[in-house]
Amino acid sequence: MFAAGETVRVKDAWPEASGPVHIRTPHYVRGVVGEVVRHLGDFPNPEDLAFARPAERRPLYHVRFRKGAIWPEARPDDELLIEIFGHWLERP
Amino acid sequence: MNILETDGERLLVAVRSLLEQKGIVSTAEVMERMAITDAASPGQGARMVARAWVDPGYRALMLEDGAKAAEALGIPMRGMPPLGVLENTADVHNLVVCTLCSCYPRAVLGYPPFWYKSAAFRARAIRDPRELLASEWKTVVPDTVKLRVVDSTADYRWMVLPARPSGTDGWDEVRLAGIVREGDMIGVTVPSV
Repeated sequence: MFAAGETVRVKDAWPEASGPVHIRTPHYVRGVVGEVVRHLGDFPNPEDLAFARPAERRPLYHVRFRKGAIWPEARPDDELLIEIFGHWLERP
Repeated sequence: MNILETDGERLLVAVRSLLEQKGIVSTAEVMERMAITDAASPGQGARMVARAWVDPGYRALMLEDGAKAAEALGIPMRGMPPLGVLENTADVHNLVVCTLCSCYPRAVLGYPPFWYKSAAFRARAIRDPRELLASEWKTVVPDTVKLRVVDSTADYRWMVLPARPSGTDGWDEVRLAGIVREGDMIGVTVPSV
């Protein structure tokens, strides 16, 4: 589990390169560092649910990213707020 | 029989009969869900916004749990995804997008506008939202205000609680709800009088 305010990095993983997947982590934040805003609850893992496999409930977090961390030309203090499952997050 | 080439109406009747026979979904439940879907419109979200503008306790509930706030106004939320509400303030402007597909708070806003699902809106909303809002909606977010783009990627649905515009002092809830548009609750526009 991650706490509110904790610095996290989205895993730089690309499972779509090795077969059919259903992933709710956008490409543009893979490998990017952000900050946990809050735990939104636990939800069935969509990566299994989409294939009608038994889906374990996984923690879902609201994670904030500085716009400048993704696109250098962006206004750096603008931000993106994204729902990301805990198994996609790691401590940098 | 090729299910992909079967007449849609016949297929629907067949599937609904099977669901009923097997005790999975009754016709009454289907009719109830159709009525709920038909009743969902931006007017529902506008009622919530107007109530939040006049009632600080309701505003707090709405920001804490959007689904409970919707139910408090009689909007059915059973079977719907959780609803989160993000407030526009003097410091931050929120814009909702779903870059992966078309997640939208249908329970309180109804069907999304056609452009919400477009690849162009989804790409521009995250990459260059200030330019998008200014060029397509004439919504200029001041430099002093942080723009927060909310990418609706998973199990929640998100709506924006816009700021109450000046010039509305003393207005009642019905009149206030009348100035809240669909775009104001997505964050592409802001209410004005």
